[in-house]
Amino acid sequence: MSSSTHVLGADVSGPPPPITRVREAVAERPSAGVRAMRFVRRQPMLVLGVAVLALILFAGVFAPVWWTGDPLEMRPADRLTGPAAGHWFGTDNFGRDVYTRTIYGTRISLLVGATVAIASLAVGTALGLIIGFYRRLDAVMMRVMDGLMAIPAILLALALMALMKASVRNVIIALVIPEIPRVIRLVRASVLSLREHTMVEGARALGARTPRILVRYMLPALVAPLIVQATYICASAILFEAYLSFLGAGTPPHIPSWGNIMAEGKTYVQLAFWIILFPGLFLALTVLAVNLVGDGLRETLDVR
Amino acid sequence: MVAHIFRRLVATIPVMGVVAIAVFALLHVTPGDPAVIIAGDYATAEDIAKIRAKLGLDQPFLTQVGLWLGRIVRGDLGTSIYSGLPVATLIGQRAEATIALTLFATIISVCIAVPLGVLAAWKKGSLVDRAVMVFAVSGFSMPTFWLGFVLVYVFAVSFRWLPVQGFQPLERGAWPFLRHLILPAVTLSLVYMALIARMTRASMLGVLNEDYIRTAFAKGLAPRWVLVRHALKNASLPIVTIIGIGFALLIGGAVVTESVFALPGLGRLTVDAIIRRDYPVIQGVILVVSGVYVLINLVVDLLYVVLDPRIRY
Repeated sequence: MSSSTHVLGADVSGPPPPITRVREAVAERPSAGVRAMRFVRRQPMLVLGVAVLALILFAGVFAPVWWTGDPLEMRPADRLTGPAAGHWFGTDNFGRDVYTRTIYGTRISLLVGATVAIASLAVGTALGLIIGFYRRLDAVMMRVMDGLMAIPAILLALALMALMKASVRNVIIALVIPEIPRVIRLVRASVLSLREHTMVEGARALGARTPRILVRYMLPALVAPLIVQATYICASAILFEAYLSFLGAGTPPHIPSWGNIMAEGKTYVQLAFWIILFPGLFLALTVLAVNLVGDGLRETLDVR
Repeated sequence: MVAHIFRRLVATIPVMGVVAIAVFALLHVTPGDPAVIIAGDYATAEDIAKIRAKLGLDQPFLTQVGLWLGRIVRGDLGTSIYSGLPVATLIGQRAEATIALTLFATIISVCIAVPLGVLAAWKKGSLVDRAVMVFAVSGFSMPTFWLGFVLVYVFAVSFRWLPVQGFQPLERGAWPFLRHLILPAVTLSLVYMALIARMTRASMLGVLNEDYIRTAFAKGLAPRWVLVRHALKNASLPIVTIIGIGFALLIGGAVVTESVFALPGLGRLTVDAIIRRDYPVIQGVILVVSGVYVLINLVVDLLYVVLDPRIRY
């Protein structure tokens, strides 16, 4: 009992009144800069990931600015020259500047990564909400999802590419389709647990219809896990685009994407390793940054 | 137990059914006439008609589905358009390299990743732990084929310790066989290692907080004994599960790795089939690989009983 009276300030014999301390605490509320520094110290990897990603985005968007040339210009006289002052990352078998092509390749990778993440989340969330809410649909659809997820994603994407014309749009479609069942699964699991939540019961009692419950009550609760999921989908889509292009079933060969540059370099591993080395480094760094952001967000947003 | 195995086996039938229908439907959901796409850019109307008849594309849709499922049940995967050989034969020819590669990579991954994960969990927050976690996230981020080329450049081109490419079947001796597999298997194992190490660490962290671990340490058992017999054994279910699920990742990586190292496996078969638009081969490989994936996860499921005696069926 004594402790509670103390908290209420009724214990006269106790230490000096706490009011002043409260004031001090208010006065000491750290400035935005200090709080930012604290955040950096608590989540160094998240901040590092965001910084690297911002840098890469900057490099890609303003590609013509960074002392690049024409990514398609061929100079047969300069073919397969190593990294030097004129060509920082060397040249490829057509004498094209690998540095220029790598910087331009950033665009394709980021475009594919972001679009695949957004598209698969949009479609997967919509379907997942519906499937999770209707029990009868759920049992059948989850068996279907189990079957679809048994097909390795890269094989499914390859098979889809075999039937479609090579284009960036089709690569995006081929990468979105294998992701959708995985998003549906995630959303559906959350919906199943949320369905029994008191707030949903309350909303129902107030006369809310199912679409309103799905959108106004369930969707907000899904935002955090979906953001985290989006980063992982983005990271794997960037890798898979490179895999598809490398295997000759991805972005059309005339577009400089990291996978395409490396696909052309694979014949010259022993002669001109730089053609593969530099785009690969950029690719690994980009995916690493996205993964760091994902891990950091997962911790910050406290997802699972 | 026998009844349980039987029930689980039966439960895989609808999953495989969905896979079979999905693989079949691929041809029809993609835009355009599949016969025209498969025939390629320089095909005559006659070629297209021939392919249409050969794949049964001139029949009504439901008849096609029925015929396709009926063939699969009998184990007939169709014939390759390019070589005219049965798809099952082609897959049989290419299976050795892929099985050897994935098996070798699995062994490497488990032998390295599980101890790393245990160590990281035991020394949580230490330098070792952070190193393992950095390794894990880098492993996820590294493009498999790029890592393969880097390893080739270092160990095959620069130092000349290992062959650049190629495959030697086991019947020509164990050493040439292994020598050709070392670089591809290490390349392939990195992602898998990252996955397993991360899961081992997370699972061990949960178990290490348990009272019986404190008791085991308190009664003076050697840390190694506590970690392996008390902790790892109880942390093994999620680890085994992720090894099963990760097989999908492994097979995806194998497609790319085989391409880098010119291994005559299923991945190369698929990539060649895609370039030639040899659709029956693509369908066959996907079907077989997905079937293996389902079976591996079935085995994992049954292993639960062995690993955790509390689980009874």
